[in-house]
Amino acid sequence: MSENKDKKEKLLVKNQDMSFAKFVNDKSGSDINRCFQCFACSGGCPFSDLMDLNPNVVNRYVQFGLKEEVLTCSTIWICVGCNTCSYNCPQGVNIPAMMDTLRELAIKEGVKIGEPSILTFHNEVINSIEKYGRTHKLEIMMRYKAAEREWFQDMDVGIKMLLKSKLDLGPSKIRNKKDLKKIFKSGSEK
Amino acid sequence: MKLYEQKAYAYFPGCSLATSAKENNKSLLSMTKKLGVDLIQLPDWNCCGSSSTHSINHGLAIDLAGRNLSLVPTNLPLVVACPSCYIRLCQGYYQIKESKELRDKYEEMWNKPFNDDLKIIHLFKLLENMNIKNRIANSKILKDISYVPYYGCMLSKPIDIPKEENYNGTIESVMKSMGAKHVEWSSMQKCCGTFLSVTHPKSITPIVNNIITEAIDSKADCIVTACSMCHLNLEIRCDLGKKLPILHLTELISIALGSKSYKKWFARHLVDPYPLLKEKGVFDDVA
Repeated sequence: MSENKDKKEKLLVKNQDMSFAKFVNDKSGSDINRCFQCFACSGGCPFSDLMDLNPNVVNRYVQFGLKEEVLTCSTIWICVGCNTCSYNCPQGVNIPAMMDTLRELAIKEGVKIGEPSILTFHNEVINSIEKYGRTHKLEIMMRYKAAEREWFQDMDVGIKMLLKSKLDLGPSKIRNKKDLKKIFKSGSEK
Repeated sequence: MKLYEQKAYAYFPGCSLATSAKENNKSLLSMTKKLGVDLIQLPDWNCCGSSSTHSINHGLAIDLAGRNLSLVPTNLPLVVACPSCYIRLCQGYYQIKESKELRDKYEEMWNKPFNDDLKIIHLFKLLENMNIKNRIANSKILKDISYVPYYGCMLSKPIDIPKEENYNGTIESVMKSMGAKHVEWSSMQKCCGTFLSVTHPKSITPIVNNIITEAIDSKADCIVTACSMCHLNLEIRCDLGKKLPILHLTELISIALGSKSYKKWFARHLVDPYPLLKEKGVFDDVA
């Protein structure tokens, strides 16, 4: 991962979208221009090793209007929204809200997804909710591992969980399918 | 009505407590039964949306939370035990409350007025309301046990919920009243990895191992958690030779209140806490 980070160090600033920072600010409800690059977010981030851009760099790129670089980076997908960064931030920037905005925009714009396996996972969770109204963990795990062709990864963990009845074979479902349809119809209009 | 007079609450279990963390749900219900509090499960509740919906489809996350909110009887506060569900439902509530557009949509979808006065509380607030510390103060069943509290990130850092209370300290004060010895450590609020545990297991294992190693190094006998998801990730992703039992706080409170069903709960742990608790004489007074 650090190789990627080194590569990104020499960046040619071109194709700037000067309205980008304003868009992200409006949509996320947090003023990212307050960031003065103190590095507190990236220093505290538990998952920064997995990211190609550190969170403070994503913030800087948004300020610079480097839309393509930001929408295709892995960072916006690796971020789980644990809020450690925003608690550390002396300027009160809500970084996870910025990541949420960038993720949705990346999907909307159809760019190359920086960490496709995570999008696959999110989609499997949402499929499960659409089908049952609740998440069916065993099916999500199996469909995810199949989609990623990681058939045997975590087989041992899966078996352990099954033995301890941590994974139910059948789904827990809601009865009111009409409500569920209404929710997903309304969601897809957005 | 005074808080401690509130004897009935609406209750949202959520997918984790309904499936992979049934032991947390069962010990929680056993605890409230002993305390004389009625938890009325939301009829036909749906998933809160979880981090996946919130991550890629904001509108859907609000609608999923909205349906659950519409199921809460108007006169009851809503109790949520899973920190992640708690945050999702609170976010949905505040967003609908503050936006005319979302409120209109909610009222049209669910054909009822939005309840501005709805109180959504986390289980820890309920423990406070119930004056749990005094109720279990006589049973020092954990007097020979040292532990580290593990809140995870959701409960300790709810950043975009306005005026949200911080529950740091609840585990410690409840455990103290049961006589347990609190050990200081620095991983109390570290993130367990949530969904990265599925998508990037090889990267999450060292993170979880670090958390557990730190607990072992601090000489704690066990870890006490507030969150079912953290509980699961700590159990399934740790590949250390030495493992520490990880307990839900509700399990220990229920035992202190005299519940005898603990064997069924412990059977669902990947690291069985029974030998430790037995050795430390926890069941001497209650068995």
